Amino acid sequence: MNNKWTGLKFLSPWLAGIVIFILFPMLFAAYISLTDWPILGKAEFIGFQNYVDIFKDELFWQSLKVTVKFAALAVPLGILTAFSMAFLLNSKIKFVSFYRTIYYMPAVVSGVAVAVIWKWILNPNYGIANGVLGFVGIQGPNWLGDPNYVLPSYLLIAIWGAGGGILTYLVGLKDISTSLYEAAEIDGAGFWGKLFKVTIPLMTPIFYYNLIMGTIAAFRKFTDAYIIGGAGREGDFFMVHLYNNAFTYYRMGYATALAWILFVILLGLTLFINYTSKKWMHEG
Amino acid sequence: MIKDKIIKKIKKLGRRDERYKLLVHVILLSGVFWMMLPFIWMISTSVKELEQIFTTPPELFPTSIQFGSYKEALDIIPMFKYFFNTFVIVFGRLGGEIFVSALVAFGFARFEFPGKKVLFIVLLSLMMMPYEVTMIPTYIFWAKLGFSDSYLPLIIPSYFGTVTFIFFLRMYYSTFPKALEESAYIDGASSWQVFWKIYVPMSKPALITMGLWSFMGTWNDLLGQLIYINSSDKFTVQLGLASFSSITGGQTPYNALMAASLMALLPIILAFLFAQKYFVDGIKMSGIKG
Repeated sequence: MNNKWTGLKFLSPWLAGIVIFILFPMLFAAYISLTDWPILGKAEFIGFQNYVDIFKDELFWQSLKVTVKFAALAVPLGILTAFSMAFLLNSKIKFVSFYRTIYYMPAVVSGVAVAVIWKWILNPNYGIANGVLGFVGIQGPNWLGDPNYVLPSYLLIAIWGAGGGILTYLVGLKDISTSLYEAAEIDGAGFWGKLFKVTIPLMTPIFYYNLIMGTIAAFRKFTDAYIIGGAGREGDFFMVHLYNNAFTYYRMGYATALAWILFVILLGLTLFINYTSKKWMHEG
Repeated sequence: MIKDKIIKKIKKLGRRDERYKLLVHVILLSGVFWMMLPFIWMISTSVKELEQIFTTPPELFPTSIQFGSYKEALDIIPMFKYFFNTFVIVFGRLGGEIFVSALVAFGFARFEFPGKKVLFIVLLSLMMMPYEVTMIPTYIFWAKLGFSDSYLPLIIPSYFGTVTFIFFLRMYYSTFPKALEESAYIDGASSWQVFWKIYVPMSKPALITMGLWSFMGTWNDLLGQLIYINSSDKFTVQLGLASFSSITGGQTPYNALMAASLMALLPIILAFLFAQKYFVDGIKMSGIKG
C-alpha cells in the first residue's frame, strides 16, 4: 500500500547518489583545497595557502580574463544569433523543416572532431576561412596563431554552434497569440514596433533561460579549448587551467581550490542574473 | 473606385509579402552555407589528394577524389576498436541513466512525502552545480578503490540518476492524468506495477529522447574520459581523435584526420537525422515556456 514513504522509496537511488557523489565529495573537496597534495604523496594541511597562491598566479588571472571575455561576448552573440534564426524560421515560408535541420546540426555535433575541423578551417595558409576571405579580396588573419585573433576564432565557433537555442525560441514564438500582434497593428505598430513591443518582451523568459545556461556553459568550456589552444595564452580557458593543474601537474589541492573559485563565480553570476531579471523579465 | 483601391492595396501587400519571403529565403540560404561549410570542408578535405590539400589559395572542392585516406585513418588510429570501447560506455550508462531517472521522476511527480520541497530545491540547484568541484575528490575516490583506467567510474554514477533527466521526466509525468493509475490501484496494483506497467510504456517517446541525450552526452564527453582512461587500448573515439596529431607528428595528413573526424561524427549525425522528432519533442517537453 502507498504511504508517505512510497515516494522516498522511488527516490532512494538518487538520494544514495547525492550522499556518495555529491555530499561526500564536496566535504572532501573543501578539505583537499586546504592541502598541498601531489596525488602520490601525502596531503599536507596548508590552510588557505592555495587560494593565496592562486590570486598571485598570473596564469590564473590570464585564464579568468580569457574566460570572462569569451563569456561576455559569446553569450549575448549566441542569444542574438539563435533568436534571429528562430524568428526567421517562424515565418510562413516553405522548406522550414529543412532549414531547421541544417541550423540545428552544428549544435548537435560537438567534441574533439568539431574542434579538429575548426582548427583546420582556421589554418592561416590552407584553411577555407582565409580561402573565403581571399575570394572576396580580404587578406585573412593568422587566427589561432595571432594572440589578437584567438578570441574572435572562438567566437566564430560559438556562433556557428549557437543553433541549439533555436528550438527553445521557436516554442516561445509559437506560443505568442496572433491577437496580440493584431492589437499592436491596430495601434499602428509596424514590423519593428511589433518586434520590440510584442515579440521580444514576451520572449524574455526564454532569453533568461538561455542567458543562465549559456553563461554556465561558457565558463565550463573545455573540449575545444583543450584541443585548439591559441597563441599568447589567449586560448587558456579556466577549465583547461584547472585540468592541467589537476591531471598534468597533479596539484590536487590547488586545482580543487580553483574549482571552488569557479563554483563561487557561477553561483554569483546565476544569482546576479536572477536578481536583475526581475527588472527586465516579462511575467508570464 | 474604392474597390479598385482596395484591390490595389491587397496586391501591394501581397507583393510586399512576397518580397519579404524572398528576403527571408536569401538570408536563410546564406545561413545554410555558413552552417554547412565546416561539414563540406571536412568531407572535401577527406577525399582530396594530399597535394591538393596544401595549396594556396585553398580550394573548396576536390579536383580528384580518393578514399585511401579513410584506410590511412584506420591505420593511424584503430577507429573500430574505439567505436566498440565508446559503445561499451554508452550502453553501460544508457539503461541505468534512463531507468533510474524515470524511477526518481515518478517518485517526485506522483507522491507526497516528507522533505519533498527541500529535495526538489536540491534537484534544481544540482542542475547548476559545477561538477568540477566534485570531479577531483571523485577521481581520488575511484583511484583509491583501484578503478582508475577503467570504464566503471564513467558508468556506475549513471545508476544513481541524472539530474537533468529527472527534472524533465518529472515535468512530463506531472502532465499524466491521475485517473490513469487510480483504477489500477483499486485493482490492487502496487506502486511499482503502476510505474513499470503504465508510466514506463506511456512515456516511451520521452524515454527515447532521454536515451538520445544520454548517447550524445557520453559520446562527446572528452573531460571525463581524459581523466579516467590512460591506456591507449581503452581509448574512446574522443580520446583516439585527440591523440591523432601526436601519433602522426610533424606534417598532419589532413585528409586522413578529416576522414577520422567524419567517422567520429557520423553516429551523432545519423542519430540526429533519424530521430529528429524526438529531439524536437524533448525541447517542447522541457516546458521552457516561461
